[in-house]
Amino acid sequence: MNGETKNIIQENPFMPEPARIVRTYHLTDDVKFFQVRITDMDKALSFKYDTGQFAMISVLGAGEAPFSISSTPSRPGLLEFCIRKTGIVTDSIFRLKENSLIGLRGPYGKGFPTEKMEGKDIIIIMGGLGAAPLRSVLLYCLDNRNLFNRVILLHGAKRPSEMIFREEFFALKERDDLECYMSVDEDDTGQWPENVGVVTTLFPKVKDLDAENTVALVCGPPIMYKFVINELIKLDIPKDQILMTLERRMKCGVGKCGHCAIDYIYTCLDGPVFTYWDVLHMRELI
Amino acid sequence: MRIFKLKKEYLFPFLESISEGADLWAPTKKPEGKHSFQIIKDFSQIDLDYTRTILPPRKIFLPPSFNMFKATEKKYEADFSHVTEKIIFGLHPCDIHAILIMDQFYKHHYNDPYYIEARNNTLILGHSCWPDEHCLCKSAGTDIIEEGYDLFFSELEKEYLVWIGSSKGDDLIRRKPDFFDENITDKDIQKYIEWREEKDKAFSVSIDFKNMPDLMELKYQDPLWEKLGQACLACGSCSNVCPTCNCYNINDKPFLTENASHISRCWDACTLESYSEVAGGENFREARSLRLKLYYTHKLQAYISKYGKPACVGCGRCIETCPVDINIKTVAQSLDNETVDAFWDRFAKEVTK
Repeated sequence: MNGETKNIIQENPFMPEPARIVRTYHLTDDVKFFQVRITDMDKALSFKYDTGQFAMISVLGAGEAPFSISSTPSRPGLLEFCIRKTGIVTDSIFRLKENSLIGLRGPYGKGFPTEKMEGKDIIIIMGGLGAAPLRSVLLYCLDNRNLFNRVILLHGAKRPSEMIFREEFFALKERDDLECYMSVDEDDTGQWPENVGVVTTLFPKVKDLDAENTVALVCGPPIMYKFVINELIKLDIPKDQILMTLERRMKCGVGKCGHCAIDYIYTCLDGPVFTYWDVLHMRELI
Repeated sequence: MRIFKLKKEYLFPFLESISEGADLWAPTKKPEGKHSFQIIKDFSQIDLDYTRTILPPRKIFLPPSFNMFKATEKKYEADFSHVTEKIIFGLHPCDIHAILIMDQFYKHHYNDPYYIEARNNTLILGHSCWPDEHCLCKSAGTDIIEEGYDLFFSELEKEYLVWIGSSKGDDLIRRKPDFFDENITDKDIQKYIEWREEKDKAFSVSIDFKNMPDLMELKYQDPLWEKLGQACLACGSCSNVCPTCNCYNINDKPFLTENASHISRCWDACTLESYSEVAGGENFREARSLRLKLYYTHKLQAYISKYGKPACVGCGRCIETCPVDINIKTVAQSLDNETVDAFWDRFAKEVTK
């Protein structure tokens, strides 16, 4: 009566793919930028993802955590992540130097419905680290500029030193096919050339918005959603055209471990992108 | 379906003949009187006179903790050492229903090879049962089982009616063709029907599962949840004993002697405080009431809307286990007809007695 062990050949969705850190640098004191390439060249090039999706990154001996992809699928080959140092996994990722190996699996979740957004005005509102998932869709819109009507970016941070992708967005400001507004809550440098105030103070700068024809994308710290959504509702943007991406404890990414459950859905399968209507419908979302 | 008759004295010889090369799991009695599924070394350990085991049979497929990977920087090696040839004997209908729910869950969207492989290498041998005061299977519609087993043993006086549920099950009885009698008499059928009717009358409690999804919605903000949250000890026992709970956590532990890391998976419970906490300290369900609400949303609402049946199979384990009497019965009853004050009075009386 001794159970014999079995040989398994089934596909394993929990198996990470080895990937190499190609480039890494600090975006702010506690946020670092990582450019990553899957070691197997064929797999690196065939890695298909949507804007707003996330991947699981693992560091041996520390564990695995979910991160939104900050690069755009319109530029295949390299994946980019903005990572804030907040826990055991991110601590170890921060210590890794260029050329180090990490584990990567994904992409997971439901991203932004870019096809449905075509022909519409796009307004992107990001606060703090909310720029991480929204940079993906912003760059996607800019790479496919002819598919979208107006593209508007409202970017908020606490202080100038905490604004991630500051230089990149200042450069984008020069483009005349992007309406780019930036704001800091507090200017401790005295040299900030842009708006001072919370991100909602940028709304008056956006003129003649065609609400029915606008899709709003929001991501930021939990406190930001309420105020930003209030503004968007005041502008009469339909509830199911307000899209936001939410954070939950996604531990497995494939709808099995349960940690990201909200009501009867899993954030890792049905999210992390939700509409404001979803939020009203599933009361636990915000 | 093919049905045979097996004399009771042939049961253990039959089990012995089929368990070559496999681990045979069956209910055994613990010294303190409770039952538990264990690997059987000696047939005298098997005790079929049981209502429910402490832990549900899912522990046999996915143990409370097991390795998923052994990993070095260069290579992740999947570890499937928990997958062995197994036979589980003595499962009651509610537990087999729970396995059917897990079969659906672990194949939904993404296949979970750790469950599916363990399941594919396990034979399910069910056994009939008799309800006690905690059994809710009749309410949950899980008191009868028509699929999900290889063999099912319905106990009559001196014999078993053996129902063949799969082609593998048919192979099993062919190992001892002399033991099995095809000739089922009208008297046998009569005995079986009488037993069914008697069992049907033996249930003392019932809850109305079909109203639960609506009630969960309508009473989302009900003060009942606050009260339950104040009473709950957040010990996670209800999840550990539930046959349909599937949450787990992943640990990555370095083993310096092996120069490798062991990535393991262990049971988790949504009622535990850190369950919904993310890096940086934000906890989406800091309040115990919110965690309880999630637990009961899963059991009473989510599955009904997704799969058309509740995720509760009425096994009664949570009723027997919860130290403060928060369980599927009390929660469903409170949602259904009890005012919060009545709940609180009863709670105070029952817990302090």
